[in-house]
Amino acid sequence: MLVLAATSIAILSVMALALARALKADTVYDRILGVNMFGTKTVLFIAAMGFLSGRPDFLDIAIVYALINFIGMVAVLRFFEYTATDDSPESSSTSEDQCR
Amino acid sequence: MVEFIDLVLLGMLAITAMRIIFLKDLFAVVMLFGIYSFLSALIFVNLDAVDVAFTEASVGAGISTVLMLGTLALTGRKEKVNSHTAWLPLIVVVVTGAALIYGTLDMPPFGDSNNPVQQHVAPRYIQDSPQEIGLPNMVTSVLASYRAFDTLGETAVVFAAAIGVLSLLGLPKQEKSAIESGLKSHLVLRVVAKLVIPLIILFALYVQFHGDYGPGGGFQAGVIAAAAIILYALVFGLPTAAHVIAPSLLKALAALGVLIYAGTGVASFFLGGDFLDYNVLASDPVAGQHIGIILIELGVGLTVFAAMLCIFYAFAAQAERTNIQ
Amino acid sequence: MIIEAASTLFLILGAFFSLTGAVGLFRFPDFFTRVHAASVTDSAATIFIIFGLVLRTDFGLVAVKLLFILIFLLITSPTASHALAKSARHGGLLTLVETEATKKEDSD
Repeated sequence: MLVLAATSIAILSVMALALARALKADTVYDRILGVNMFGTKTVLFIAAMGFLSGRPDFLDIAIVYALINFIGMVAVLRFFEYTATDDSPESSSTSEDQCR
Repeated sequence: MVEFIDLVLLGMLAITAMRIIFLKDLFAVVMLFGIYSFLSALIFVNLDAVDVAFTEASVGAGISTVLMLGTLALTGRKEKVNSHTAWLPLIVVVVTGAALIYGTLDMPPFGDSNNPVQQHVAPRYIQDSPQEIGLPNMVTSVLASYRAFDTLGETAVVFAAAIGVLSLLGLPKQEKSAIESGLKSHLVLRVVAKLVIPLIILFALYVQFHGDYGPGGGFQAGVIAAAAIILYALVFGLPTAAHVIAPSLLKALAALGVLIYAGTGVASFFLGGDFLDYNVLASDPVAGQHIGIILIELGVGLTVFAAMLCIFYAFAAQAERTNIQ
Repeated sequence: MIIEAASTLFLILGAFFSLTGAVGLFRFPDFFTRVHAASVTDSAATIFIIFGLVLRTDFGLVAVKLLFILIFLLITSPTASHALAKSARHGGLLTLVETEATKKEDSD
């Protein structure tokens, strides 16, 4: 019980760190990496929380998150294939600097 | 423990929302919206609202992200810089918001079990649902039987959205000699996608038929099945996907779903009951309820699947057209 | 008793791996190294945590669902990381070594 709570808190802090990486990113790919890691950690978090609160029905939602995370990643990569000619990581980082 | 996790999640949500407002790169905004949707679904899970979390995860983080990326492929990636400052709107919004919050101070305490909203229909549904309908998942019994008319309205709204998008954008025409597109150079991704897509469709069927016993139902199942075909279209190209699931089939499926749903209601007419009264569908009322719920969940699942896929085809066909040109 | 101890050990190991991966996400200097750090959490932490959770229930539907999650995550997360790194490489992102090499060439 205590171990489950500690694991949940650990996964929660990992999610917060991934979110911080997604918010403050040097290149656009860092942002995608942060979102991907956030998604996979959410799956583990739901599994641990389900065990902590005694309701294992949550595992269906965890499966859905894993699927949706993967499909979102593939959509992002396909988007990059479309706009590969006029977008480069350097231009996206300079736009970052302009808006700060 | 639950409150602590709630606070942390809400804090992350607020930080993400603030960052979204001040970012000018729309692609980053779409990514952060994905995180926002994951976080709200987690908050719903924490509040024990499992079906809502299901729908939020599949629609918000999945379909919305894909559709917004499809739009970004057509428009630009940078938001225009505002040429004027927004002090007057900010003051108006702050004053209105403060007035609204002051108005909510008169409301009953949040989540109190003596609130008026918990006193009318909710106890009756909770007490009578096991005898009248007999499903373990009470959300499905409320959604599909007690409030079936509202759900018919929701299905009609999804159908109308698909019609709206089709009338504005149109579906891809099926050509024999279509240019093959897709992620050609990602061999690993193609193999893994071929492995994974049948599993996703199987899971969508599981969610559809298991909605009586656990979280799930027609809406979530339709969205997940549409997500599987969207994955196929993303990895192997839209023309290939249009050969597998033809746009004309989608139009027929969307209409068929609403027809099944409303048809169940009309069938209840002919058997002597009210509209969408499932008790008359079989000799035993509880069996009639089960039959009615399975039928309308099937209708909802078909319509949502076809509508989501129609909207994706319409968006992606636009992107393909500009890409080819 | 042994099963509980094993489950606790697995959960603690999983939490440790995910924390090191997250710290690595912040401290590594370059994008490609960060992908490696993130994929540590995707593979090692996932395996340990899910096995730790499986040992806490009897062999029923819950364990099967957890194993399904594990298999799915093991198939798709490394694929996503690989596709992301490949896409970044095709998009022209340089590794740290190459960036410093080009900087040295420019300054020479």
